Amino acid sequence: MSSSQSKKSQSTKRVVSRRRFLADMAGTACGVGLFGLGIGVYSQSANAIKSLAIRPPGALAEKEFLSACTRCGICVRDCPYDILKLAEVGDGVATGTPYFIARTDPCEMCEDIPCIPNCPTGALDHSLTDINKSNMGTAVLIDQETCIAFLGLRCEVCFNVCPVRGEAITLDMRHNDRSGRHAMFIPVVHSDACTGCGLCEKACILENESAIKVLPTHLAKADFAQHYRLGWDEAKKAGKSLIKTTDEHKYNLPDGVRYDHHGEGLITDEGGNPVINLPSKKEPETLPKKSNPLDTLNNGIQEAK
Amino acid sequence: MAKLEVGKEAIEKKGWWRAYKWLILRRASQLGILGLFMIIPICKMLNPEGDCALGWIIKGNLSSSKLFDAIPMTDPLLFLQMIASGFTSIAIEAVIGAVIILVFYFLVGGRVFCSWVCPVNMVTDAAFWLRQKLGLNGVGTRFTRNVRYWMLGMILVLSAVTGSLAYELVNPVSMLHRGLFFGMSLGWIVIAAVFIFDLFITKRGWCTHICPMGAFYGLVGKASPLKVRADARDKCNDCGDCYAVCPEAQILKPILKGEKKGILPVISAGECTNCGRCIDVCGEEVFEFGNRYKR
Repeated sequence: MSSSQSKKSQSTKRVVSRRRFLADMAGTACGVGLFGLGIGVYSQSANAIKSLAIRPPGALAEKEFLSACTRCGICVRDCPYDILKLAEVGDGVATGTPYFIARTDPCEMCEDIPCIPNCPTGALDHSLTDINKSNMGTAVLIDQETCIAFLGLRCEVCFNVCPVRGEAITLDMRHNDRSGRHAMFIPVVHSDACTGCGLCEKACILENESAIKVLPTHLAKADFAQHYRLGWDEAKKAGKSLIKTTDEHKYNLPDGVRYDHHGEGLITDEGGNPVINLPSKKEPETLPKKSNPLDTLNNGIQEAK
Repeated sequence: MAKLEVGKEAIEKKGWWRAYKWLILRRASQLGILGLFMIIPICKMLNPEGDCALGWIIKGNLSSSKLFDAIPMTDPLLFLQMIASGFTSIAIEAVIGAVIILVFYFLVGGRVFCSWVCPVNMVTDAAFWLRQKLGLNGVGTRFTRNVRYWMLGMILVLSAVTGSLAYELVNPVSMLHRGLFFGMSLGWIVIAAVFIFDLFITKRGWCTHICPMGAFYGLVGKASPLKVRADARDKCNDCGDCYAVCPEAQILKPILKGEKKGILPVISAGECTNCGRCIDVCGEEVFEFGNRYKR
């Protein structure tokens, strides 16, 4: 009798302690889980605004880089110009990962790329051996209002310091409308040749912020609109123009509607079935061809003002 | 007889040096390793134009480093996170580096990393020391030490879910080591948080309850050949000094009192950091470093 009682109390004790154990374990799991969730959200919010950090040459794509880089700083040590930094908490760049700030310390484009070979994991791609093929970012002439080349003044500093001179940045000669008789030498970046070293950004003669800035390529470049076929490219591929210039132009208008090329515009025939709201007869008079095509394009803006 | 302070008896019986030997060697090791990483940066700082002729002894930090510009070393837990995050085309150098570190810590005891190398150990030991000094022993909260194993699992899952080494954003261990060599400002807040946590909230909270790196090295060192032995456990006079200094005091009792149960006199738990502080403070010389096998 007494033994069965003690057995019973033991088993209740066991149930209680098992319950206690499970509760403790659930508590621990939840606590750790919440902590993990916090870090996860933090890491994702850091990714939400795409990193503006310019990585050392040979760095893998940002997403891969963040799982490949051990944050050891060997690249920082191996950089002879001491331009690389490891990000700290609060820098807005994943903690401990290497980056450089082009405006103050651009990549000097060492021919032997000493920052790469000692990277232990390959976060900096060992197969990159030609620094001119590196893609740390892409320069963008971002402030065309302040850049003095756009004001019609001579500068060309970014063009001249570019280590891939004449390829990554070229000068585009344009007419200076303001003076009416001078040329403007506009720097134009070509992303296929630009390495993102940032020497142009550093050299820009403006105070504080530069007019030309290196951005991570994924931010600097738009994705090409795939639904477009560029006639001139297609013609090159085909070896001849794909459009027959001898064919008469067709308008594909609804039945009973014609288009007069010489001033009348759209004409609806008697009994025709127009689906388009035709402009009133008066309007063509207010839209004469003017000598300056810009006036035609800007038509309506003056009235709106 | 008045209660002697922890370690007093050992000092009286064995002399000052032998009562502090392992602690001092441990601090020397921790500071020495920091120093080796710092030689060239300091040389360059003092003499920016000159040539630091010795070359690099060790370059990098605890996450990854290179010894004599030749031998790679990589944190094996970081390596696991890398794989979990989906980056598998890891360069062979990092693989070799991770194996070297694993073999090394297997041989000398996994958590030798914690007590002989990790810079956070000095922070948390300082917090523990201050906690004792201020008499805060009962202050704060207690929770299970198993949290660290959950943490270990969590950071691997986190790597897989985020596809990045997400724990490295906040890991105070790598943050401190990196910060000491490469500069740090806001990161010090994280280190201060660990200190305050250990001081006011949980006794030895970070290193023995939470840190997933400690948990990982604990698993690595489970079967390590180098262990603390207590062959002279029958000499134990129950002064309690070893319990007072041991960061993992829960592992001592079964060994010290286990003779009748036939438990080997070896502190075989992976949690033991091989810090040797118990050897220092024991006036009866119960403990010594030895192997894990039967004698």
